[in-house]
Amino acid sequence: MENKTLDPTQIKGWGIDADPKNDPTYPMRDRMNVGQDPDSKHRPDSLQPVDTEVLRSIERPNVSAVFGTPAPPTGLSGLIRRAAFKYSENRYRHWLPLIVADRVNVVEGIVSDLAHGKVPNIWAEKGYNVEWKHNRSAFITKMSLIAAATAGVVLWLSSSSDSKKKRRPEPRNYLSRF
Amino acid sequence: MLAMEYRGPKRVRATQKPMPEIKHPQDAIVRVLRTCICGSDLHLYNGNVPDTRVGSTFGHEFVGEVVEVGSEVTKLKTGDRVIVPFNIACGECHFCRQGMFGNCHESNTEATAVGAIFGYSHTAGGFDGGQAEYTRVPYANVGPTIIPEGMDLDDAVLLTDVVPTGYQAAEMAGIQTGDTVVVFGAGPIGIMAARCAWLFGAGRVIIIDQEDYRLEFARNYSYCEAYNFREMNDPVVFIKKITDWMGADCVIDAVGAEAAGNAMQTITGRKLLLQAGSATALHWAINSVKKGGVVSIVGVYGPTDNLIPIGNVLNKGLTIRANQASVKRLLPRLIDHVQNGVLNPKGLITHRLPLEEVADGYRMFSAKLDNNIKTVLLPPTANQ
Repeated sequence: MENKTLDPTQIKGWGIDADPKNDPTYPMRDRMNVGQDPDSKHRPDSLQPVDTEVLRSIERPNVSAVFGTPAPPTGLSGLIRRAAFKYSENRYRHWLPLIVADRVNVVEGIVSDLAHGKVPNIWAEKGYNVEWKHNRSAFITKMSLIAAATAGVVLWLSSSSDSKKKRRPEPRNYLSRF
Repeated sequence: MLAMEYRGPKRVRATQKPMPEIKHPQDAIVRVLRTCICGSDLHLYNGNVPDTRVGSTFGHEFVGEVVEVGSEVTKLKTGDRVIVPFNIACGECHFCRQGMFGNCHESNTEATAVGAIFGYSHTAGGFDGGQAEYTRVPYANVGPTIIPEGMDLDDAVLLTDVVPTGYQAAEMAGIQTGDTVVVFGAGPIGIMAARCAWLFGAGRVIIIDQEDYRLEFARNYSYCEAYNFREMNDPVVFIKKITDWMGADCVIDAVGAEAAGNAMQTITGRKLLLQAGSATALHWAINSVKKGGVVSIVGVYGPTDNLIPIGNVLNKGLTIRANQASVKRLLPRLIDHVQNGVLNPKGLITHRLPLEEVADGYRMFSAKLDNNIKTVLLPPTANQ
């Protein structure tokens, strides 16, 4: 069945209890619905030239009049981001890949640093200087626990791979039966 | 130029980056004089905001001096010193013309649910922020406001976000004369919201946090009662108890996604990112406000979902009001309040660091070290 466009003012009772003062958005917003706006699609006269890759939400029809340009999508993280933008902001398949892309991007950042001959100073970048200055004992405890946990996991993984090797049966010579 | 640069969760550095350029006729380039680290920057710092790209520069609280303007900029000239609202607004779209400058539709291509914010991920428009020596400021005819003669730059920089957001939190709470107002979170925004609650006629203001030094600060700065939720069995029962078992008239969530206090929320929201942050404060707000009350949200959450007791919102007949602050709308009134001595924004500042030490600044704020409330970063060019 086809949907029909109605003139709501022709509906019996339309607007008889309307109360403009009953507006929870006041004073945050000067209430104006699209029908009251003579130019609801108004855009700034000048539009920023799209001279770089801008990922656009599919919930809007165009690129906004201005946009940020500093970090266009690149590499594997860029591929993931482009795929994410095929879906709306309403979907997990938009947001979750973006979070994954952010993590991939961190690895790409380290590789990029190294490729440019720069070894990241993780201690400084993580601001450990101030932890050392203002929170030393807790910081040492935390680092010790992380180191112990990491060593434990490494030991466990290496021992389990050794035991797997030991338990692995000798390959049978299936051809011998023939 | 020197700028802060994001390298991954909890990893930032100060590094040399190219100078920003005019990209649109209404752009201006601003030499940053003061810039701050905001509580909401911690969501980016912790890697919790989707589409936060390595190499981005954060910083949405900054003031500066105009050094270059685009061909269509008519309201600013080189040499003007300006307060730059944290949100980027065209001033012309359907939303800006309703005073919703935090919800502009012509500044963010990458998400429709959020307006553009300086230095706040590509989800918020992909603009570099003000934790740098220079920054590109779009729509320079609209957002930037000239710093009044004689106003301290430290006051001015807090008018970009902290004061308007705290004020709007109180405004959205719909406070009536004599109301009891509870504020969750004694960070800079919560402290300012508690201070501003009095301006709307609150009869009692209570702030809840887990850091004693922040509670002590709030007690002195905002003239409010302050309680540590770590010393309570259940903060909701505590609030009911001290409000004649009715609940508060208005509750403000000034915490957002980094909330502590509930292991399940912390693990699912902050560690596993299965929620858009930990919604502990919002959960408490809904449950501790009285029936028919108002919950005002200015704490920042991510774009996906959160676990909150929405059934209680229905059954208690609550009103929830939330938004990014409409800085441009509020600035004239707030500038008056600062100039008349009603508000003292710079009283929030506890630390000053050179931009070169930005990583230390983030760590200090994130780990709440050295009684940190608010850090101002000073770029090397700030004193030129």
